Amino acid sequence: MAERGIPFRLWLAGGWLMLLCAAALLAPLIAPHDPLAQDLFLERLPPVWLPGSEPGYYLGTDSLGRDVLSRLVYGTQIALVVAILAGGAACLIGSALGLIAGYFGGWPDRIIGRIVDIWMSFPPVLFAILLVAVLGTGLHSVIIAIAVIDWTRFCRVVRAETMTQARMDYVDSALVIGRSRGGILLKEVLPNVLPTIGVLLSLEMGIAVIVEAILSFVNLSISSDDPTWGGMIAEGRTQIHFAWWVLVFPMIVLFFTVLSFSQFGEGLKDRFDPVLK
Amino acid sequence: MILQRPTPHGGTGMADLFTVRDLHLSLPDLNARPLFGAAPRIDILKGLNLTIPAGQVTGIVGESGSGKSTLGRCLIRLLEPTGGQIDFDGTDITHLGPARLAPMRRDLQMIFQDPMSSLNPRHTVGRIVADPLRVNGIDSAEARALEALDRVQLGRDFAGRYPHQLSGGQRQRVGIARAIALNPRFILCDEIVSGLDVSTQAQIMVLLENLVAEMKLTMAFISHDLSVIRRLCDTVVVLRAGEIVEQGPTPQVFDTPAHPYTAELRAAIPLPEIDAGWLHNPA
Repeated sequence: MAERGIPFRLWLAGGWLMLLCAAALLAPLIAPHDPLAQDLFLERLPPVWLPGSEPGYYLGTDSLGRDVLSRLVYGTQIALVVAILAGGAACLIGSALGLIAGYFGGWPDRIIGRIVDIWMSFPPVLFAILLVAVLGTGLHSVIIAIAVIDWTRFCRVVRAETMTQARMDYVDSALVIGRSRGGILLKEVLPNVLPTIGVLLSLEMGIAVIVEAILSFVNLSISSDDPTWGGMIAEGRTQIHFAWWVLVFPMIVLFFTVLSFSQFGEGLKDRFDPVLK
Repeated sequence: MILQRPTPHGGTGMADLFTVRDLHLSLPDLNARPLFGAAPRIDILKGLNLTIPAGQVTGIVGESGSGKSTLGRCLIRLLEPTGGQIDFDGTDITHLGPARLAPMRRDLQMIFQDPMSSLNPRHTVGRIVADPLRVNGIDSAEARALEALDRVQLGRDFAGRYPHQLSGGQRQRVGIARAIALNPRFILCDEIVSGLDVSTQAQIMVLLENLVAEMKLTMAFISHDLSVIRRLCDTVVVLRAGEIVEQGPTPQVFDTPAHPYTAELRAAIPLPEIDAGWLHNPA
């Protein structure tokens, strides 16, 4: 194991995610300004390397004179909270149902399968908007909406993987040694499905960040005052001709974050799964 | 002995461990399922009568699809028969549910054909061999697991390895260690050497012969390879299309087959007859 170094993409993706975590945890120390402080004398300042910039406002300011870098840093907190809580909740619900459907088959499989079919026939973003409209705006309803919509991704893949694993002889041999069906599912099958769940979870965390940005973009996430990447993109869109930096920096951060989540999951599996040679 | 237990038959070793009467098993044919109604059933086992004597190795032979694996899996109740009766040491186990079967599991063990798929790839060898002991509430499972590894001539340092780090023969030794760790009263061997290369097969056969002699195992040995059966088994059951065509002591079945099918199977054993000098005079 030791001779296979850690692949470059894992370094890159892991490094970016570490940076985000540090930014989220240390936001008050890192952010040069208050993300909510408006200053109309400093509106639409360009990034610091362009003419007309003000020292201390590294990535410029938006139309209300709020510091773009500080808002990005504080936006990381919301993005990561959504990624972890919404991704984790979707993962728990979907994986549990997928394991049950795939292992027990029969009527549990048919019922769960029908629910998944019905769920997936709703257009996801419209479904999210509808849910947030019903639940009311706020971080908690964004998290609930993402979990409620995206558990089907986990359920379908975990079900298929569980069915493959359940046909292996080691399941029969566990029956022979006297394990109960529940014990087999948790102690024999689940460890073999776990790597797949891990990859899905990291993908889902990226998707959760995007969905949160979409909901912020249509102003259904949290109060538009609070710094979210999606909210910043929405605001930047209206003034792209005068202040491109308000739109471009949050988009770059969002892009790298989503990419890092997906690469991180795959990379971890490739590197640390003892069964893959 | 790994576990000392009294034998209920006073150690004569000649009583019947299994008595099978008129065993039937049919499965629904899902490929032929009509749009409405139940699928037609295919008969796999069509009324088998046999006994498996304690302390002996019973060979079950037959071509593919003859029902030998199905019969074996009924014996250890991985499958539930649709008709007939299976008595294990005087207890009718034909239709026992999981709860009633649980205490009997430690006595009904199995070694599988494919040693890769029958070992959980995410468990270490030590855990694979110790789990049967732990699940059945036997104390000092780790120590006993190491003893079982000794018995199959794998070093104790194998306990920390994963199945994918082993060769085919080593994996099959782990499968055997898992089965004998509980010191069960019956072990089913389902084609356990057919996936191995010839020299490994020979080593595993020697190991099995020694274990049978040392531990006085009662085994059912399923194979399509008559030469393997002849070497290891005391009695033979010949199956064809879900029916028993012949059964009896191995020498008798091999030397004076009563049924033409047995004679046909016997004639199909490849014998190492080579011409002198074949290596140096290619034809």
